[in-house]
Amino acid sequence: MLLSLIVFTPLLAILILTFVPRHKGDLIKKVGVLGTLPPLLLSLLLFVSFNYELSGLQFAEKAKWISIPVGTLQSGAIFSFDLGYEMGVDGISMPLIVLTAIIATLAAVASWNQKKRLKEYFILFHLLLIGMLGVFASQNLFLFFIFFELTLIPTYFLIGIWGYGEREKAANKFLLYNGIGSGVMLIAFIVLFMYLNTMNMEAIANLLGSVNHPAALALTPALRFGLFLAIFIAFAVKLPVFPFHTWMLKVHVQAPPAIVMLHSGILLKMGAYGLLRMGIGFFPEQAYQFATWMAVLGLINLLYGALLAFVQKDLKMVMAYSSISHMGIVLLGFAAMNTIGFQGAMFQVVSHGFISALLFFLIGMIWERTQTSMIDEMGGLAKVMPFASGIMLAGAMASLGLPGMSGFISEFFAFLGLFGKMPVLAAIGAIGIVLTAAYLLRAILRTTFGPTPDRFTGVADAQPMEVIPLVVLLGFIILIGVYPAVLANPLQQTLKTIVPIVTGIGG
Amino acid sequence: MDVKDIFSYNWMYLLPEFIILGFATGLSLLDLFAGKRLGKAVIGWLSLAGVVLAGIFVFVNIGSLAEPYAYMADTIRIDNYGNAFKLLFLGGVAFAILLSVCYLKQGEVKHGGEYYYLLLSGLLGAMVMASSADLITMFVGLELLSLSSYVLVGLRKKSLQSNESSFKYVVSGAISTAVTLFGMSYIYGLTGTTNIYEISGRLAQAAASGYEFLIYAAFAFLAAGLAFKISAAPNHMWAPDVYQGAATPVTAFLAVVSKAAGFALVFRLLMICFFQVQSDTRFFFEQGALYLAFIAGASMIIGNTMALRQTNVKRLMAYSGIAQAGYLLVPFAPPTILFFGEVTFFLFAYVLASFGAFAVIMIVGRDQQTDDLKGFAGLYHRSPLMAISMSIFLLSLAGIPVTAGFFGKFYIFMGAIAQGSYWLAAIMIATSVVSYYYYFGFIRQMYMRPGTTEAALRVPKTIGALVLVLAAATVLFGAFPGLVTDYVQTYLNPGFNFGDMLPPNFQ
Repeated sequence: MLLSLIVFTPLLAILILTFVPRHKGDLIKKVGVLGTLPPLLLSLLLFVSFNYELSGLQFAEKAKWISIPVGTLQSGAIFSFDLGYEMGVDGISMPLIVLTAIIATLAAVASWNQKKRLKEYFILFHLLLIGMLGVFASQNLFLFFIFFELTLIPTYFLIGIWGYGEREKAANKFLLYNGIGSGVMLIAFIVLFMYLNTMNMEAIANLLGSVNHPAALALTPALRFGLFLAIFIAFAVKLPVFPFHTWMLKVHVQAPPAIVMLHSGILLKMGAYGLLRMGIGFFPEQAYQFATWMAVLGLINLLYGALLAFVQKDLKMVMAYSSISHMGIVLLGFAAMNTIGFQGAMFQVVSHGFISALLFFLIGMIWERTQTSMIDEMGGLAKVMPFASGIMLAGAMASLGLPGMSGFISEFFAFLGLFGKMPVLAAIGAIGIVLTAAYLLRAILRTTFGPTPDRFTGVADAQPMEVIPLVVLLGFIILIGVYPAVLANPLQQTLKTIVPIVTGIGG
Repeated sequence: MDVKDIFSYNWMYLLPEFIILGFATGLSLLDLFAGKRLGKAVIGWLSLAGVVLAGIFVFVNIGSLAEPYAYMADTIRIDNYGNAFKLLFLGGVAFAILLSVCYLKQGEVKHGGEYYYLLLSGLLGAMVMASSADLITMFVGLELLSLSSYVLVGLRKKSLQSNESSFKYVVSGAISTAVTLFGMSYIYGLTGTTNIYEISGRLAQAAASGYEFLIYAAFAFLAAGLAFKISAAPNHMWAPDVYQGAATPVTAFLAVVSKAAGFALVFRLLMICFFQVQSDTRFFFEQGALYLAFIAGASMIIGNTMALRQTNVKRLMAYSGIAQAGYLLVPFAPPTILFFGEVTFFLFAYVLASFGAFAVIMIVGRDQQTDDLKGFAGLYHRSPLMAISMSIFLLSLAGIPVTAGFFGKFYIFMGAIAQGSYWLAAIMIATSVVSYYYYFGFIRQMYMRPGTTEAALRVPKTIGALVLVLAAATVLFGAFPGLVTDYVQTYLNPGFNFGDMLPPNFQ
């Protein structure tokens, strides 16, 4: 029950919001923020009661849902395809649910200054939350797909209505790219379903791994590789991997700050999660064959993102390219195909979730006060906003991988993993770290240091409602950096089960 | 051929048809003698009562029918295939009448009475099409429906556009009727019978004796001619003009009832006549299916791409309908055991979403005095409920979870992959993503663009209630599609014999 409760409690807020009159802005905001607390508290409960020692699924739920009658067998019994309602978490998905709940609450707080059409905003916000939580909780491909699609619609609205100048273009681009990604994913899912007659993730992984099962034998290596590629492309759009990334830049620039927090903090991570769970988890052998390419793509992401981040004039664009660059590290971690590498990738997923949420929140704050995010127009913000500038510097440090912060752990693990397998590529990748330092410091120093332009002198520092997300996010970043076990413990057992499959085949 | 004594048949099974016939004649007489003294809506409500009554008897038939019941040497054949379609027609016409009662108040159509009994006679034609097993009765049904539709389209006598579209409809309809008839004449020439079950066997013999080419020609002519009725490529060109010119309830009738009737005819006629034909290969599952697959692919591509550029709502819906016809042909090319379930569910979802959408289009079009897409601008602020319902219908048409349309598409998609038509599945996905663009075009207008007025939209109570019910049903059956598929499996399949006709190794 716990998982269903976590996923569907945001409905409560939606229900209440429906009946709150439109003009009561303050009340709507309160409901909107408080509505994110039940899933947060429940997911903290999930975190606490999660047993690190076990490797399989925990808190599993199973219910009959849709059964499609296909025909009658010789015996007269009805033969049908079953699509179940199946949920469960393991060490990979549990931290992501917690991450989602935390960032969602903070993003709701960050929406405090939202003025336009509040009621719809928060209703869509909670709908999006249901989708995101559901994606990580579902153990059935069909259910996963539904939640995955469910995130598209509210995001489309949230970008298209509440975004900046070119919001509609960004929303359309978002929809079309992700729609194609989902379509490719659906094809792969249904092909799997047709061969294996199940959509349960665990069952599929087991069937695909078994040597003698007739259904598994029917899937030839070529077909498997095709399926792996389809799944890889589907999630590569989401992650986003190099040629598929253009939509994401638009979204990060045009969407409202709180939604960008969710987007770069969580929605991109669904790509990484899917890649690990369905790409590598289902097709370890194919993933192993593809590992070099994955590393190359990761390198492209890392270096291309970093180089372009360096020349951007808009702070948002710097961060958007920085996200692309950091997602490259996730790919590099996966490409390593060993525990350390996977761990690095997953650390990066969580850590980047916190860091990007923090930085995008800050950029939103600055934009609100100065009406600009162009680096050249800013400067000297440290004098008028000392607190926010300090946090921003800290966030940038975390992002470039300063020891003691979460970014360091993830980069360290990912590269450590990769050096064992592909030392040359890893060495090239290390250049990326240098570049990261360069572009981040350039961007941050230019905005916070130097003389303060006259028009910024009246700008206020962070307000109480803004301090909360800043401090909490930075707190988590440091917590993971100082005490990585908090994340490593749950990951360990699950990754251990994936890795033998991978390495057992690859040698 | 053995025609039993006419009184020895159990006429009970034909009650739905008789009821509709009786109401159509009775109401026309009533209109003739008392038309002026009656309130305008009375005939409308009476015809609705007839439709509901007929619907009840269809349910009774479903309950009491153990196996297909044939009248007069199969000229009319009551089976669950026909019953399923009849339910869809009756539901569709009931919606159409409800829309019309409201629409006719506007006074564009002077003689309200004839409008309703034309709808009923069209309905009767559709019902005959669905349950006949003889070329002659099929043709009579087809013409009854077509002639009624021609008049219905031109019923706005003062409107030039309506006249034009009616004329276009008659001319192009006549041509496609001729083509259909030409195809039928080939079949008759080859087999010497009009009974499609006898044709089935004799056509196979004809193929064995070397008349393959004529059989192919007959198939091609039939398919091309009947494509008109379902507005599939290459005979789709009439749809946008006619849809645009007709009164909105009539457009809805054409888009849903007339189209579904066309499918009922196409599926039964082509499948039964040609499935046994075999030369080197099974004609129907090889060349025939390929031909239909081309039609399906072309309809999807043409419909979805042409819709992108439409600014007139009704034209847009026409192209959307062409695309939907393409999706509906997919399960047919070639059919699997899933066929019947796929078609009924998709049509069911399509009825809900189309009628809902047309109802909203009617209200908005009337309020804004235009069918332009811009009329929808700012609808959300004028009537949130209508805007949200419309969004649900559009999402359903686009095939996005959690709507009935999604599951309908998913089901068809699954069938397409099961039968190995990967390219058709790929077209489906690609064109669906394209369709997001224009369906979301509505949504952009409704939520993101300022309208000419902020005044609350006046929504007639019946239509408002209808729209809400349809929206709720779209979501309900999207979340629990089992409600429909189970009904189909439990009550409709036993007396239905397509599944038995498919080759045993086919799945």
